Amino acid sequence: MTSLILALVIGAAFGAVLDRVGASNPDLIGKMLNLTNLNLAKTIILAIGVGSILMFGGQMLGLVDVGHMSVKSAYIGVILGGVLLGAGWAAAGYCPGTGVVAAASGRKDALFFIAGGLLGAAAYMVTYPMWEASGLLDPVLGGSVTLGKVPGSEYDALTGLPGDILGICIGLAFVAVAFALPERLVATPSGRQQPAE
Amino acid sequence: MALNWKTGGLLLGLVFFAAVLLVKPIGVSTQFVILDGIIGDAVNADLVTQTEDGYASTNAYLDKSGGKYAKSVANPLNYSFVFVLAMALGGFLSVWARGGLTRAERSVPALWRANFGESPAKRYAAAFVGGFVVLYGARLAGGCTSGHMMSGMMQTAVSGYLFALGAFGAAVPVALMMYKKEVSA
Repeated sequence: MTSLILALVIGAAFGAVLDRVGASNPDLIGKMLNLTNLNLAKTIILAIGVGSILMFGGQMLGLVDVGHMSVKSAYIGVILGGVLLGAGWAAAGYCPGTGVVAAASGRKDALFFIAGGLLGAAAYMVTYPMWEASGLLDPVLGGSVTLGKVPGSEYDALTGLPGDILGICIGLAFVAVAFALPERLVATPSGRQQPAE
Repeated sequence: MALNWKTGGLLLGLVFFAAVLLVKPIGVSTQFVILDGIIGDAVNADLVTQTEDGYASTNAYLDKSGGKYAKSVANPLNYSFVFVLAMALGGFLSVWARGGLTRAERSVPALWRANFGESPAKRYAAAFVGGFVVLYGARLAGGCTSGHMMSGMMQTAVSGYLFALGAFGAAVPVALMMYKKEVSA
């Protein structure tokens, strides 16, 4: 029961914040990905940095349970799947989480995104044995690993560096990148039309 | 309009931290599989069955890792599934509190309209195909923007960096090709 209340509270907070930062707005996703407005990228990069610093800092102070970490396996399919997701994300302007938020906010195109998503997930369920047999789901780089060894964690590490201190350093680097990133990476168009690349 | 990136990034980071402090890192895309399983099991009751030590499925994907997805299909009132339902509720309340969306925003977004015209059918078709590709890819990768990119990189998971490399490596060129015309604001 407690876990369901937490699911309601944290889930609702996540949905509301995704709306307020503009992540469920396909216009802002498109402008981020065509590099004309990086405010959303700065938001996400800052969030990852803040999350890292608080989580690893909390672990070092003994306030955060290291056992709550959940590190996914690395395999070639992660990159291939990332490429597919990236292409669809750019075309539709939604990813799974923001699609749900957008549909709930009244965007009809997001309902079509979710319908397509349910069909895509079903297609994967049916074709899963083929991927498994291909070897592309076999672990690479050690599988479920972090960059450095996190004290008290069940996960192995890619390097011998201390994972918590490294995590805070990388978190700070994400914050620095969020500040350093310009608002726009491609040239401003002189007319209505953006110049050819 | 969207929050300033400093405020927004701080709030989003606090939500990620709250999730890993209180329960576990945020993830979404698995729940599309769980909903598929719930629908599939309603149509064909043999899809997920209870065994002596848990749950099993005739579908190899639902059956993997000791039937953990089959278990979630059989018990939809679990943390991860309710989390995604709550995201919809939170998003709805947030949009409602700021006055809702315009009629145009609700069918064809402005950037899409500038580049591909006003036809809702064309936009809906693209969203449907995009959704198919996104979820197929997310399941192949074992996670999506939330689970791999944000939660993964937050934990310095090697898989999270690989995913981000693939995702942005494809998303930026596709967006540069598709959205050549800009819209203001």
